[in-house]
Amino acid sequence: MKLSKPQVLHISNLARIKLSSSETTKFQNQLSSILDYVNQLNEVYTKDIEPISQITGLENVTREDVVVKEQSLTQEQTLANAPEKENGYFKVKSVF
Amino acid sequence: MQLFELTIKQAQEGLRKKQFSATELTMACLGQIEKRNSKLNAFLTINSDEALKEAKIVDKLIAKNETLPPWAGIPIAVKDIICTKGIRTTAGSKILDNFIPPYDATVIKKLREQHAIILGKTNLDEFAMGASTENSAFGPTRNPWNITRVPGGSSGGSAAAVAANLCIYALGSDTGGSVRQPASFCGVTGLKPTYGRVSRYGLIAMTSSMDQIGPITKTAEDAGIVLSAISGWDKYDSTSAPENKNTQKPLTNIKIGVPKEYFIEGMGQEVKRAVREAIGNLESLGMQIVEISLPHTKYALPTYYIIVPSEISANLARYDGVRFGKKAKANDILQTYFETRQRFLGDEVKRRIMLGTYTLSAGYYEAYYLKASKVRAQIKKDFDKAFSKVDVIVTPTSPTTAFKIGEKQDPLSMYLADIFTVPANLAGICGISIPCGFSDGLPIGLQILGPQFGEEKILQVAHAYEQITEWHEKKPKIQ
Repeated sequence: MKLSKPQVLHISNLARIKLSSSETTKFQNQLSSILDYVNQLNEVYTKDIEPISQITGLENVTREDVVVKEQSLTQEQTLANAPEKENGYFKVKSVF
Repeated sequence: MQLFELTIKQAQEGLRKKQFSATELTMACLGQIEKRNSKLNAFLTINSDEALKEAKIVDKLIAKNETLPPWAGIPIAVKDIICTKGIRTTAGSKILDNFIPPYDATVIKKLREQHAIILGKTNLDEFAMGASTENSAFGPTRNPWNITRVPGGSSGGSAAAVAANLCIYALGSDTGGSVRQPASFCGVTGLKPTYGRVSRYGLIAMTSSMDQIGPITKTAEDAGIVLSAISGWDKYDSTSAPENKNTQKPLTNIKIGVPKEYFIEGMGQEVKRAVREAIGNLESLGMQIVEISLPHTKYALPTYYIIVPSEISANLARYDGVRFGKKAKANDILQTYFETRQRFLGDEVKRRIMLGTYTLSAGYYEAYYLKASKVRAQIKKDFDKAFSKVDVIVTPTSPTTAFKIGEKQDPLSMYLADIFTVPANLAGICGISIPCGFSDGLPIGLQILGPQFGEEKILQVAHAYEQITEWHEKKPKIQ
């Protein structure tokens, strides 16, 4: 199954990855052949099969909705790896 | 015997008997790293100052005749996808080139509490995506047995470090074979625990429903020692399994399942021969060999390559240049995302993010992710059925030995390297790879799979095999 260029551009847009035109062609070919390969799953009869998402069988693992001091970072620690920061905030280009 | 050649068990004994100090042991490993690492590129970050400081602390404990915790004083290498507080952690990616985690992963916390000696962080395929360590943004690691060959992946740095005696043992992570396959290529032992057995807190997430941290060691016994130290329920990991209170009694009348689907066209003849010979060895120990079938085996890899990219596309959305990691210059916030991810993420990572974005997108989710999750249930059922008849399952770890660096240019051909290892991750079961022979000087791995929480079974069989063979004792001669 061959992905079209507009499809590849749509996907890269959703994934927030900018592609050059040569990359678009390269990924178009590679993604298409991978999708071809995975399409063999259509051979498997799965009509009344329950999908598996949690392999250990655990369900609804929760904890109290309270701040746990030992698991929290200080503001300084939180900002330590920020590429840009100011006055205790992460700094980004304006959203609007 | 040189200190860096010791196993964990031997190192533990030697320290307690005061045959050598933790400082001497640490310096021996650091010396090996200094000699060999520039050629092998196994380590990305070397933690010598802190390591020697910790060794000194251990030596003080020994001098005071205090009881040493099991891991004290023993040098370990940690795959660079596990967060170590204060020590640079890159995930093998340019985007985290300058990232210093503000917290320790739970397994690291456990190591540090016991005064383990963290030698440094090892090389890997970027974000654990790959089977050769060639996808690292910091250059490939070379196989110590033949430096023109890959060490396997994604935990190639860790496997190479153990094989070349740059450390006593290492931690890797396994999502589709990334501990077992490099262990197989490097002639060492690699264990993937049951999903949920070891906390994923602090393991940089790739595929949340399959990632597991696992030990890479020189013997099966050592793998068991590490497992007991790193496993356990963790309140910080909501997928972590409750403690398994049933201590396993050693198996008797062991039944070994050999699945016919794992001896395929296109696999190395020498690999086939070595694995058949190993099965013969196990039979000579009184184990019963039973031919079994795992009918959905051929669908495991396509299932894997739908589920994995899907979860990756969600897990890697956080790399946006805002809270951590590199950030590209751009005119507005949206362009910042586009440019940052374009510039600092590698090809394989981009490929998988886009594949996953597609398979999870509206209109495609049912056909891909949901369908794959149903086939996954069938694959698990195959194993459940098999384990009702046999105790463990034995297969080759990989269809081939280590391939040449640069040999596999096509992404799909690289994916096929994991064909025997991914089923275990899909089914959430445990598996170990141990050395079982050589082909043209390159190691061959034997994979032993066990049911969920059946690690004791596979370790028992692996240990029994080691008692009557010498493959695990062979070490490469490095120029």
